[in-house]
Amino acid sequence: MAMVDEPLYPIAVLIDELKNDDIQLRLNSIRRLSTIARALGEERTRKELIPFLSENSDDDDEVLLAMAGELGVFIPFVGGVEHAHVLLPPLESLCTVEETCVREKAVDSLCKIGSQMRGSDLVDSFVPLVKRLAAGEWFAARVSACGLFHVAYQGCTDVLKTELRSTYSQLCQDDMPMVRRAAATNLGKFAATVESSYLNAEIMTMFDDLTKDEQDSVRLLAVEGCAALGKLLEPQDCVARILPVIVNFSQDKSWRVRYMVANQLYELCEAVGPDCTRTDLVPAYVRLLRDNEAEVRIAAAGKVTKFCQLLNPELSIQHILPCVKELSTDSSQHVRSALASVIMGMAPILGKDSTIEHLLPIFLSLLKDEFPDVRLNIISKLDQVNQVIGIDLLSQSLLPAIVELAEDRHWRVRLAIIEYVPLLASQLGIGFFDDKLGALCMQWLQDKVYSIREAGANNLKRLAEEFGPEWAMQHLVPQVLEMVKNPHYLHRMMALRAISLMAPVMGSEITCSKFLPVVVEASKDRVPNIKFNVAKLLQSLIPIVDQSVVDKTIRQCLVDLSEDPDVDVRYFANQALHSIDGAAVAQS
Amino acid sequence: MNGDDEEMVAASVDPYLPLEWRFSQVFGERSAGEEVQEVDVISAIEFDHYGDHLATGDRGGRVVLFERSDVRNSSGGARRDLEETDHHPLRHPEFRYKTEFQSHDPEFDYLKSLEIEEKINKIRWCQTANGALFLLSTNDKTIKYWKVQDKKMKKVCEVNSDPSKTGALASSSNPSITTACLGNGGVISSLRFPVVTSHESSPVARCRRVYSHAHDYHINSISNNSDGETFISADDLRINLWNLEISNQSFNIVDVKPEKMEDLSEVITSAEFHPTHCNMLAYSSSKGSIRLLDLRQSALCDSHSKLFEEPEAAGPKSFFTEIIASVSDIKFAKEGRYLLSRDYMTLKLWDINMDSGPVSTFQVHEYLKPKLCDLYENDSIFDKFECCISGNGLRAATGSYSNMFRVFGVSPGSTESATLEASRNPMRRHVPVPSRPSRLGSIARVVGRGSESAGGVDGSSNALDYKTKLLHLAWHPNENSIACAAGNSLYMYYG
Repeated sequence: MAMVDEPLYPIAVLIDELKNDDIQLRLNSIRRLSTIARALGEERTRKELIPFLSENSDDDDEVLLAMAGELGVFIPFVGGVEHAHVLLPPLESLCTVEETCVREKAVDSLCKIGSQMRGSDLVDSFVPLVKRLAAGEWFAARVSACGLFHVAYQGCTDVLKTELRSTYSQLCQDDMPMVRRAAATNLGKFAATVESSYLNAEIMTMFDDLTKDEQDSVRLLAVEGCAALGKLLEPQDCVARILPVIVNFSQDKSWRVRYMVANQLYELCEAVGPDCTRTDLVPAYVRLLRDNEAEVRIAAAGKVTKFCQLLNPELSIQHILPCVKELSTDSSQHVRSALASVIMGMAPILGKDSTIEHLLPIFLSLLKDEFPDVRLNIISKLDQVNQVIGIDLLSQSLLPAIVELAEDRHWRVRLAIIEYVPLLASQLGIGFFDDKLGALCMQWLQDKVYSIREAGANNLKRLAEEFGPEWAMQHLVPQVLEMVKNPHYLHRMMALRAISLMAPVMGSEITCSKFLPVVVEASKDRVPNIKFNVAKLLQSLIPIVDQSVVDKTIRQCLVDLSEDPDVDVRYFANQALHSIDGAAVAQS
Repeated sequence: MNGDDEEMVAASVDPYLPLEWRFSQVFGERSAGEEVQEVDVISAIEFDHYGDHLATGDRGGRVVLFERSDVRNSSGGARRDLEETDHHPLRHPEFRYKTEFQSHDPEFDYLKSLEIEEKINKIRWCQTANGALFLLSTNDKTIKYWKVQDKKMKKVCEVNSDPSKTGALASSSNPSITTACLGNGGVISSLRFPVVTSHESSPVARCRRVYSHAHDYHINSISNNSDGETFISADDLRINLWNLEISNQSFNIVDVKPEKMEDLSEVITSAEFHPTHCNMLAYSSSKGSIRLLDLRQSALCDSHSKLFEEPEAAGPKSFFTEIIASVSDIKFAKEGRYLLSRDYMTLKLWDINMDSGPVSTFQVHEYLKPKLCDLYENDSIFDKFECCISGNGLRAATGSYSNMFRVFGVSPGSTESATLEASRNPMRRHVPVPSRPSRLGSIARVVGRGSESAGGVDGSSNALDYKTKLLHLAWHPNENSIACAAGNSLYMYYG
């Protein structure tokens, strides 16, 4: 029986479960492949475990995905880099399955292994693998091959390199759009490893082919390649080869391609440099801002601040600002919303005078937008404008916008504006806040929707943190205490909730003098829900107040509650009593 | 029928000569007096891209797959080469049953208190990969992506801890392992890998993805894009665009829902992607129009780039004019220039470069014209007949009543027109009315053959059976072979 404790037994079970009918057990075994390998030793792992796994490629995708991931870090278990090549066959078969995420993981792992392999092994085993996949009968293999070239290419002989380049060029012209898409996606990575002498000739030819592909989905991905390739090329080559492509793409027939350009333009500008940005890309960007497809304008509008950062203020005012003005009254609410989310960032770029002259009217009109998201986006970035022109110029329009949002009929909108109230409070200052917003904060505590009431209570706490206990004592506490007498039990409950949140901020003294008497009074409420919330609240107060207060007031109140006819009240009261005792034990 | 052989050879030489249609196969043939189970009625037929496989869907939510059996080598590419080099004129495609699976089950939508039928509305084949077949099937609400692959039945034997040995040793399980370990001599070598033995393989269907909750109305079409990445699904009012790999979101690209439902005057009846241009898409409407969309123009394609409509007919309008104008099916021809459409009475061929009117119109069952009132009374007028076009684009076929279907030559100048019955003897009955003025010889031939069949029932006679309608049929992508559904039976013909 001594053998039973042998550590081999769990390993034996793990191995058996590699073929269990239950997928969870198989998954578990695959995830502990390293444990199995350690027990088997390096040689048996190479000779038995890895071949065994190679046969396993018709398992469920989840298992295959886990296996593809594990094998990527398996080099130490097969005896180090000189044996790394044994890991290639199982990963090669995983590269051919039809589930994309499994293939991608297998390609990832192959890249990890390949980048550690010795040059000679790379030539002997990795490069042939890439060539096999690239010549695969089914497109899945060829798609995977595209992601491996950049690893295979390094450390190859010149002859092989020539072959790899020509193979890649074939993949760029594959019959299947899926393969061409993969080739387009990986072109930048591959190009980064190719010697610059071939870059201009061969790689750029492939790129040109891809940019003229009949499938929109291929051209889309070629756009992404622009930036990557542009950074590799000499500046003058970049201007000669990449710039025309970008300008062409920005006028592509397909809105999806233009959308991609709008999203990428910032990176593309970096690739071609500031001069060309000014002369060629500004007109392209202006066209995108005025595109007839709303999706394109949304993407372009969202980049307006980033783009202006690349330009000097004069150019921004001259070319971009007129478009921004148009966009602020765009027919699509999503365009206006995208603009509103970034436009405040333009203030620091343009400076105070230009902001007041040009941007302020736009801010004001967006603040009056009929679509709440637009207003919210403006309000959420208020701090950026505040630094440049101060809040006063905006505050007149701000208030109606805030009030309207605070009373919006969609509770999600109300919730969103509550999130920004502390920010507003800090930007607007105490004076403005007291006059205008204080009442709103109390109103939210009595909202019809629970989430709003909860957020309202939390908001009080954050305001107390922002303006300090003294201010809160004056402006928040009286109203909250008043609410404990509200005839509606849900409102009384919310007052208790606000107290429990504010107590840690307000400190021991105010808690004892102001909150505690009210809470104790509430423990005699007729609604059990209130009573057990009192019990919970008292429990949360224990760490805040002195031990003497606990012993004198809180304990007595809890003892009373623990004799309540309601079972839940008794339960929470006893919980709280236990925690008093626990705290006492911990102190002693 | 002496001239048969010569005619066949001739047909293979000159594809324009009229075809002689012959019965090839039948699956699920009904014996006399046997009642057709509702769930067995075929509701969708589709050949795959290469014509190596055929799928049918039925009202019971099942998908049945057939594979071609007349060519021995069954690996895709090699076989196609073989066919091209070694073409034998007398060989015609033959299929055999491959497998079937339950694609959809009846469901209940609790939110809307709606029963969702399991009936398969459409099947579309997707790109083959790794020797596995992929297809999309849909019922009224949910689209599913299926993978069908031959799987070897595997049996695991020789494990480390074999429970069966435990019993033999009549002791607790742990000692038995100890014994096994010791038996193999030494501790390390006792770790063994399970040995898997493979048995005969059989096709297994697995649902890879489910695309659901995107349609408020009944899905009438699904269609794959040539990019191999996306597909559309169309219901009465909307068309959605999906990525095959993403099942939890889709993009609405067409929405014809008016602000007030009372203003609704037109619904989408069918939609299909262009076979090669990834950005082009056509959809038909209940008002008889076909719209061609360019997805490049904008994200929401509310405005069409081309509109194909029959110029308003001069004749008197009746109550039925609008009902029978409704297009029930559209199909692009293989190279994508021509588009076939079917409305209740006619089959129309359109050139997408010509939006002034159809290139040609074929009367499918003109003898029904006086009976539209009856057909309206028994709802037959709302039957949705499908249509199909041959791989070479020279002929088109569509169904009618009494399990009849019509084949028309659609190439310019062709007068070919045949009426066939979905039975073992397809030429048994004929409608003696040619679809349009044709050469004398052709008429003579049709009539001649018609008169041969003794006791042949005239198509226009009262024997017309509205219940046995041939709605679904498909043309083999590269051979003159048609598969059609008559009730629960699948009939195949070749010409």
